Amino acid sequence: MSGTKPRTLFDKIWDSHVVDQMGDGTCILYIDRHLVHEVTSPQAFEGLRLAGRKLRRPDATIAVADHNIPTTDRRLGIKEEDSRIQVETLEKNVVEFGVPYIPIMDDRQGIVHIIGPELGISLPGMTIVCGDSHTSTHGAMGALAFGIGTSEVEHVMATQSLLQSPAKNMLVQVNGKLGLGVTAKDLVLAIIGKIGTAGGTGHVIEYAGEAIRDLDMAGRMTVCNMTIEGGARAGLIAPDQKTFDYIKGRQYAPQGEAFDRAVAYWRTLPSDPGAHYDTVVEIDAAGIAPQVTWGTNPEAVIAITGTVPDPAAEPDEGKRAQLARMVEYMGLTVGQRLDTLPIDVVFIGSCTNGRIEDIRAAAAVAKGRKVAPGVQALVVPGSGLVKKQAEQEGLAQILLDAGFEWREPCCSMCLGMNPDKLTPGQRCASTSNRNFEGRQGPGGRTHLCSPAMAAAAAVTGRLTDVRQLG
Amino acid sequence: MDKFTTTTGVAAPLPLANIDTDKIIPARFLKTIKRTGLGVHLFDTLRYDAEGKERPDFVLNQAPYRKAEILIAHENFGCGSSREHAPWALLDFGIRCVIAPDFADIFHNNCFKNGILPVRLPRAVCDQLMEDSRLGGNSRVTVDLARQVVIRPSGEEIHFEIDPFRKHLLLNGLDDIGQTLQHVKKIDEYETKRSESQSWLPSIPVG
Repeated sequence: MSGTKPRTLFDKIWDSHVVDQMGDGTCILYIDRHLVHEVTSPQAFEGLRLAGRKLRRPDATIAVADHNIPTTDRRLGIKEEDSRIQVETLEKNVVEFGVPYIPIMDDRQGIVHIIGPELGISLPGMTIVCGDSHTSTHGAMGALAFGIGTSEVEHVMATQSLLQSPAKNMLVQVNGKLGLGVTAKDLVLAIIGKIGTAGGTGHVIEYAGEAIRDLDMAGRMTVCNMTIEGGARAGLIAPDQKTFDYIKGRQYAPQGEAFDRAVAYWRTLPSDPGAHYDTVVEIDAAGIAPQVTWGTNPEAVIAITGTVPDPAAEPDEGKRAQLARMVEYMGLTVGQRLDTLPIDVVFIGSCTNGRIEDIRAAAAVAKGRKVAPGVQALVVPGSGLVKKQAEQEGLAQILLDAGFEWREPCCSMCLGMNPDKLTPGQRCASTSNRNFEGRQGPGGRTHLCSPAMAAAAAVTGRLTDVRQLG
Repeated sequence: MDKFTTTTGVAAPLPLANIDTDKIIPARFLKTIKRTGLGVHLFDTLRYDAEGKERPDFVLNQAPYRKAEILIAHENFGCGSSREHAPWALLDFGIRCVIAPDFADIFHNNCFKNGILPVRLPRAVCDQLMEDSRLGGNSRVTVDLARQVVIRPSGEEIHFEIDPFRKHLLLNGLDDIGQTLQHVKKIDEYETKRSESQSWLPSIPVG
């Protein structure tokens, strides 16, 4: 369209999904894909039932149970009654409302944000929602994907749309190349460290630049996944040849001639030259070292070579108190080197880092080494397909030989809704996304890091700069 | 949804930034299939010790604030997960309004769906309201949505901004779904148009 204002990727997806305007900027936004899980959906299905409403587009909806599932032998069922009821409720609801469902014993079962891209459900240019904040993950496909609450889940079920106001555009431009041993996880942690946990509020972040283009799809998903930890509504990466190659042949993706037509459309999506961003942040990729969080929100992050910061240096009284509380909760001493901290547990998995590429990175470090005495190291693949592939590639055996535990796919210790939890005071190197107090279990202490860094911590028994392992 | 017009009550000060939804309601309490009954777990780890006993220093465990209807906090309230259990827990406890310098987006949205009014006011004003609220039961604050004002115990009125559409829904206790369904024809038309212009867009096989 010549003569029109240059638009961002976000603007294009937004514009193409506006059904109607309600005045004052609020729009009815059409939703292409609705992903449903057991924790945030029961009250929504109940709402439909009470109002006598139908689920409008079962063929744009897919359900899977992931939060409450045990990572041990599934044939034994779910022991915890409340977890079992939640999963059984989902299973009843999908039958009643005719929603496509991936059963627990199916190989394709997994964390909703792993299986969306993996099965070709999440595609460029789409609007994708789920009652889960890490829906931002799917933005790596070049889709506008964001988390919603249960009332909005019900709204999408009933209307296949949402009432939304447009977001502001933020560009995070990552120039240059990441160093050896530095991954997408380190990059996104460094970005959050820079912009802060509320730095993206009201914005959709588009990630661009050489280091982003260089990332594989898994790395792009890791970056978009953690966008919500910077407060943004969604993260986006323009689709390119890597995206199209990734999608081709996946179960629910367009096939044959339809795929070619889809690609032709997807190629029109990247931001136009000269498109306006309300906020621009530039990052130098080469300056990023492997990152580890030291505190209790993801912005409390430093390089593994760093030391625990001194809260006294913070001028704002409220923030100073918060930092002091973090040091205390995490059981740290000001000035202590992070790479001296002994750990009790390692968790490799989650929607942030539960993909095959993450398992490969962990196995590369684990190969020929042993988990340090006294450390429990869990590897929880993000889906049954990831698990199977890792077994076929021999990665599972490498990890088992090194003393890691090889589990069944689900959210697991990212949030401890299943039996995988930290006990009070336990220190964990975790590839998950949140280090909030008690997130992995009451009193647990979480250090977020990359899969390679988590594996390095497992074999040395302390937080470790993976680059020094050789 | 209950409508929100005005509320007058005790305001509880919670002078912390980045109060995340795990703090508001930890994940272990999300294993419910109901919206109600979560108030007892509101701020669980701040409110109770490891044995489940109340921590006397936590504001909602102190006499006048046990019946607080308004909460005042610092920046980025409600960050983290999309769990609507967070506003459900607040509502079940009796909180109808949260005042803070800013809110995380999803939590902010979720409040409106449950008849809770999130009010954005500058940090200095929040600090002033916190000072007022330390007077406990003698310090009643009024929040008037129609006039968009918070009224301090001194009678001083502080104006706040709110999205007009959301204000309308909240004042009238209107259900979003009902609103959108008035536009269902437009949704039908949109779907027809999309299925023609993007006929490659696959459906997920049902059944």
